[in-house]
Amino acid sequence: MTDSKGRVDTTTSTDEFIKGLWRENPVFVQVLGMCPVLAVTNSGINALAMGLATTFVLVLSNALVSMLRHFIPRQVRIATFILIIATFVTVVDYLIQAISLDLHRALGAFISLIVVNCLILGRAEAFASKNSVGRSVLDGLGMGLGFTFALLCLGCAREILGNGSLFGVALFPAGYQPWIVMILPSGGFFTLALWLLLFNHLKARQQAAATPLPEASP
Amino acid sequence: MSSADANATHSQPSSWPLYRALVGVGIVCGLLIVSVYVLTLPVIARNEAEALQQAVFQVLPGAVSRASFVLTADDNFRRAVEGDDPRRMVHAGYTGDGLLAGVAIEAQGMGYQDVIRILYGYAPQSQAIVGMQVLASKETPGLGDKIEKDLAFLANFRALDVSLGNDEQTLLQPIEAVKSGSKTLPSQIDGITGATISSKAIAAILRASSARWVPLVYRLQGEFAEGGGSDDGQ
Repeated sequence: MTDSKGRVDTTTSTDEFIKGLWRENPVFVQVLGMCPVLAVTNSGINALAMGLATTFVLVLSNALVSMLRHFIPRQVRIATFILIIATFVTVVDYLIQAISLDLHRALGAFISLIVVNCLILGRAEAFASKNSVGRSVLDGLGMGLGFTFALLCLGCAREILGNGSLFGVALFPAGYQPWIVMILPSGGFFTLALWLLLFNHLKARQQAAATPLPEASP
Repeated sequence: MSSADANATHSQPSSWPLYRALVGVGIVCGLLIVSVYVLTLPVIARNEAEALQQAVFQVLPGAVSRASFVLTADDNFRRAVEGDDPRRMVHAGYTGDGLLAGVAIEAQGMGYQDVIRILYGYAPQSQAIVGMQVLASKETPGLGDKIEKDLAFLANFRALDVSLGNDEQTLLQPIEAVKSGSKTLPSQIDGITGATISSKAIAAILRASSARWVPLVYRLQGEFAEGGGSDDGQ
C-alpha cells in the first residue's frame, strides 16, 4: 500500500486501529488532551460519555479532513481543520439535545470542550491529512476508543474513591466516608499520575521481556 | 496580491486554492451546521416542552393535569396563549378531582459556573414549596451538580415553608441555606458539603422568586381554580 507521497506503507489496517488502544494510547502514551482527562473524569458515566462524544468527533473530522486532503493547501490547513472540528462538535451538541435532554444536561459543560481537545487536531494534522479515508477512520476509531478507555480508567477510580459509587450505583455501606479530594481537581492529577506510573511500569516490563537485559544492570 | 503577482514567483502557489479551500470548507461546514440545526430544532423544542411538562408534575405531587397562565400587566392571571413571555408564566397543576394541587414557577439565577434554571412547585393551601427540579445548570460535575441529584438535598423541598406574614405581601421567614445538618427552621435549606455555593445559589434563586411570586399566587389563587385541567398534555 502506498500513501499520498508514494511511500510504501507496511502497517496493516488492524495496526492503525490497535495502535491507539495501547501502543500509542492518546492519554497514557502521547499524554494528549489533558484538559478533559483531568476535568471530566470525576465519575464513570461522565468519562464514558465524554469519551464516546470525542470518538464521534474524531472519526468524522478525520474522515472529512482525509477526504479533503488534496483540496486543502498547507497554508490554510489549521484554519480549515479547526473549522471542520468545530462543525462536528456543534453537530454532536445538537444531536445529543435531540436524542435526550437528560444526557445533554449531564454533558452540557463538556461538549464544547471537545473543540479544544488537541488530540483531535493532532490526529487531523499528523494522520488524516496524509492518509486515505479508510485508514483515517480506523485511526480515529482506535484513538477515540483508547481515549475513552483511559478516561474510564480515571473516572471509575475517582468515582469509587471520591463518591463511593460506580456509574451512580453505591458500592459501600452507608457509613462509608467518601474521599472527596478524589473528585476535586487535585484528585485528577493524583489518579492520572498513578495510572501513568502503572502504564510506564507495564511498558518497561514489556520492553525488558523483549530485549534481554545485561546481567549487571541495577 | 493579484494573481499575476502570485504566479510570478514559482514556488508560491496562487491565492486561488487558498480561497477555494477556506470558502469551500466554510460553505460545507455552514450547510452542515445549519441543516443539523434546522432538522433537530423541532425535536429539541418538543423535548423541552415535554421536559417542562414532566417537571411540572414532578414538583407538584398529586397533580395529573396542568394549565399555563400568564401574569398580565395589571397583575392578574389569564390563560397563556402561544407567544406569551415565558418569564411571566406559571403552570397550575390539578389533582384528579380538578382541585388546584399547586402552581409551578420557573426561576433562574447565577450559580457557581453559569445561570441555573429551576422549576419549583408552590402549594397555596399549605403555603409551602412542595417540590423543586433543576431544569438547566452547568455546575461542576460531581460537586455542584449534586443540587440536581442529592436526595438529602432534594428532600428540603418537600415542605419548605414560605408562609406569608399578616400583610400577605412579605414572607415570614425568607428562605436561606444553612450548613449541612444544621436546619432548624422549616424555611431553611440544608446545604450540601462540597457544593456550598451551588446550594446557596438555589436558596437565593428561591428567595428572590418566592418574594415576587408567592404573594401574587396566594392572593390570586382563585383565578387558577377555574382552569380545572382542560388543556393537559400541551
